[in-house]
Amino acid sequence: MIKINGEKVNADGKNISAILADMGYSEKHVAVELNKQIVPKAEYDTTFVCDGDNLEIVRFVGGG
Amino acid sequence: MSIPTKEEIYNALAERHGAELQKRLSESSVAVCGIGGLGSNIAISLARAGVGKIHIIDFDRVDISNINRQQYFMEQIGQYKTDALYDTLKKISPYCNVQTDCIRLTESNIPDILKDDDIICESFDNADSKAELVNCVLEKMPEKYIVSASGMAGMYSTNAIKTRRITNKFYICGDGASDVADGMGLVSSRVIVCAGHQAHMIIKIINKDFEV
Repeated sequence: MIKINGEKVNADGKNISAILADMGYSEKHVAVELNKQIVPKAEYDTTFVCDGDNLEIVRFVGGG
Repeated sequence: MSIPTKEEIYNALAERHGAELQKRLSESSVAVCGIGGLGSNIAISLARAGVGKIHIIDFDRVDISNINRQQYFMEQIGQYKTDALYDTLKKISPYCNVQTDCIRLTESNIPDILKDDDIICESFDNADSKAELVNCVLEKMPEKYIVSASGMAGMYSTNAIKTRRITNKFYICGDGASDVADGMGLVSSRVIVCAGHQAHMIIKIINKDFEV
């Protein structure tokens, strides 16, 4: 189990791209931190999560 | 009537805010990236507080559609926002070091343009640019603080606007969901609440108070 934004989720072995797709988020509109380290966009498909990981996914919406 | 001296202004502010906070404000440098509904309000708040250096960045011109929420005046329509806001900030805080850059920020120029600023305020209007700036700062300038915004459209409750600390130096304000792309408009009274959240968090960071 990993945590996404504080909530426990079963996503072990998935890469960031797959997790974002599951959540319905566009890769162009997010910032992702894995265990307090920013994950560069170029590494979304090569970064895999494992048990105990902590993901913070911030989604940006328009307006300002 | 002549304007007060730098010392008179500083002392008046220090009486309000306390000597220690005022010293920190006067020595700080904040980049306001995007000076529309959020950024123009944030820049004015920071100028009123006595922030020493305010770096305002925007490529756009003042349009009639901006006036419903942005801190511009009808007589400024057509001017570059950086020029118009520069004038306003200087009226509020004549001795503030206001730096302007009338350009579009992109991944390639962000590190250079923002290199001298301690705190970065993300106040763009579209999700692509927001994500681009935040990711660039977190990846390439991790020593800097970034206060971003997401979700302040529509006529929903202002109580839904919050400040969240995502990681050590990354904060985000807004309701996280209300998107102009869903056809919701932007109304001054709600946008300014989000702008207030951002400006306040920036001032707290300047005061070395990092919790929301």
